[in-house]
Amino acid sequence: MSWADTVQIAIYLGALLLCVKPLGSYMAWIYEGRWSCGLERWIYRAAGVKEALAMSWKCYARAFLFFNAAGFAAVYAMLRIQQFLPWNPQSFPAVDAHTAFNIAASFVSNTNWQSYGGESTLGYFVQMAGLAVQNFVSAASGMAVMAALARGLGSQGTKSIGNFWVDLVRSTLYILLPLSVLLTVILMSQGVIQNLNPYVTMAETGQVLPMGPAASQVAIKQLGTNGGGFFNTNSAHPFENPTPFSNFAECLALLLIPAALCHTFGCLVKDRRQGVALLATMLVIFLPLLLLTVHAEQGNMEGKEVRFGTTSSALWAVATTAASNGAVNSMHDSYTPLGELAPFFLMQCGEVVFGGVGSGVYGLIVFAVIAVFLAGLMVGRTPEFLGKKIEAFEMQMASIAILVPPLCVLLGTAITVVSPMGLSGLQDRGAHGFSEILYAFTSMANNNGSAFAGYGANTPLVNIAGGLAMLMARFWVALAVLGIAGSLAQKKIIPAGAGTLPTHTPLFVGILAGTVVIVGALAFIPALALGPIVEVLR
Amino acid sequence: MMAAFRMLLVLTVLTGILFPLSMVGVARLCFPAKAEGSLMERAGRVVGSAMIGRQFDDPKYFWPRPSATSPFPYNAASSSGSNLGPLNADLGAAMAARKIALLRADPGNRAAIPIDLLTASGSGLDPHISPDAAYYQAPRVARIRGVPLARLHALIANRTEGRQFSVLGEARVNVAELNRLLDAQ
Repeated sequence: MSWADTVQIAIYLGALLLCVKPLGSYMAWIYEGRWSCGLERWIYRAAGVKEALAMSWKCYARAFLFFNAAGFAAVYAMLRIQQFLPWNPQSFPAVDAHTAFNIAASFVSNTNWQSYGGESTLGYFVQMAGLAVQNFVSAASGMAVMAALARGLGSQGTKSIGNFWVDLVRSTLYILLPLSVLLTVILMSQGVIQNLNPYVTMAETGQVLPMGPAASQVAIKQLGTNGGGFFNTNSAHPFENPTPFSNFAECLALLLIPAALCHTFGCLVKDRRQGVALLATMLVIFLPLLLLTVHAEQGNMEGKEVRFGTTSSALWAVATTAASNGAVNSMHDSYTPLGELAPFFLMQCGEVVFGGVGSGVYGLIVFAVIAVFLAGLMVGRTPEFLGKKIEAFEMQMASIAILVPPLCVLLGTAITVVSPMGLSGLQDRGAHGFSEILYAFTSMANNNGSAFAGYGANTPLVNIAGGLAMLMARFWVALAVLGIAGSLAQKKIIPAGAGTLPTHTPLFVGILAGTVVIVGALAFIPALALGPIVEVLR
Repeated sequence: MMAAFRMLLVLTVLTGILFPLSMVGVARLCFPAKAEGSLMERAGRVVGSAMIGRQFDDPKYFWPRPSATSPFPYNAASSSGSNLGPLNADLGAAMAARKIALLRADPGNRAAIPIDLLTASGSGLDPHISPDAAYYQAPRVARIRGVPLARLHALIANRTEGRQFSVLGEARVNVAELNRLLDAQ
């Protein structure tokens, strides 16, 4: 690594950490309901929801599920009748049923896995009113679940964990939308396109340039850890990411909210040290993998852009798989065997190292519940987390939450590698071919969405198996988390005693990081050994 | 369930219609050229975009990076990388073929070939090459065009964009821009 590379990484991390406290405090302030405006109240009236209703966890979960089901139905319908919708200057036809199912599952679950190429498949209306809307609201749904969990931990003797509609609207209106406007303007100033024009045909060469409202969509796909590109090659495309500064802004946006939500969590449970401990845990896992990948990719320019070079590309690859974003500015399929290990492993840790907006923090809290349980077993005490007793119900829910994604990954991969249709899309045979399929299901079932793009995943088998994996991993985990929130909200907060394991110390950071890494490693090392590890050893 | 659909409709209007359209409005006011694709015109006709690379294979021009788009290189309608990993034999073969093509166009050139001239970009539309890649090709272009090498070096130096704000990204040269100036000389 050269001096310039080190400076770039240091500036990036410095900028990220500087934003954590102000943005995190602001978001906590929003979730505590200390501010509202006329537009917010108008939205509640227009939608016909009661914002004052205190919801039990089942009621909250029902609203969460119904809203996401409605989103799924709307996206699927729009894709299937695309030819009749406005702003489709290229007259793209309706999308196939299995592809539409996959896209709808993908965008509703905040995954944004894409088995299609944007500029050759989708009109502007579907991109804006279908996909970009899900970019906002799937992110807001994740943030809502996190806020509900924090409320469950912070309150006692109540059944209520808040109101889903309020958390949803506030996340969208006061957090995602203003940040998106800001980022859109920055991106447009760098040359990201934003128009409704038909594609432009060059006079001399006959080359066709795609157009569209890209900047507004790129902004929210970065901020909401969605990652679904407007164009096929995502943020490697010069119209999505034209300059080193646009790249810096997009890459910062990618980890911004997940990092700041750690502080928000600390504020909401009224113990800011908890937020620091969560962020420290994430960094402990993130930093070594970042250095490994940057080092491994030195000199490998296949699939990378000259304006970013290897360092900004590797930084992005690690950030996008640490967060459950999945946008790419270089092609992960072309990474060196060592360079592809970190993206694999970060996703397989269950997307809790930064993770998705909201889902990263709530996923890490689930691991914290497991960690205090393990520590409790070692000394023979009933485990507690933030003064709440962790009992059988919480452990059952936590176990579901950490076992569902690996189950989906491994089952999906297993089904695909034994089926001719699953193998038909392979670009490579042998170990790298296995890696391509494992990556696909790792990415989908952890709601990441990045791809080893050499694998042709647009087959009915992968679209449907992957779509189901994305939905199960998103919603089963979120339901388990809401169950934990509801159960903890009813419990009394016990004052910390001499036997309490404090959860803000470096010791606990070590236990928590160790739990995340060990669970991820136990679930996936056998599979990794068949693909990426064989490649490293070759 | 009705509330869910109504909420979705309201948020769709807000985030899926009003937000992107108002951003199109801001784009027209503040960044009209950039938001429409930084198009370059000659004699009133659009010839390309400053952001999107174009194929040049005549040896009298600087060549851009290899492009893996199909069915032809630099097909902007279908961006794509090769997605070949470093262990893939096809990538080795493709790099060897590119090396031969460069050496055949400039047999006397014994300098090491910069890696970006041997590898395909992620988008397949990379408009840039590294300054090293431009200097590597300068002797060939100078010989075929019969211009002094020093003048090409000056041109490349003049067109090299450094790291943005001195730190971000990498130094680079826009190939189409370089070739346009070459023709204009």
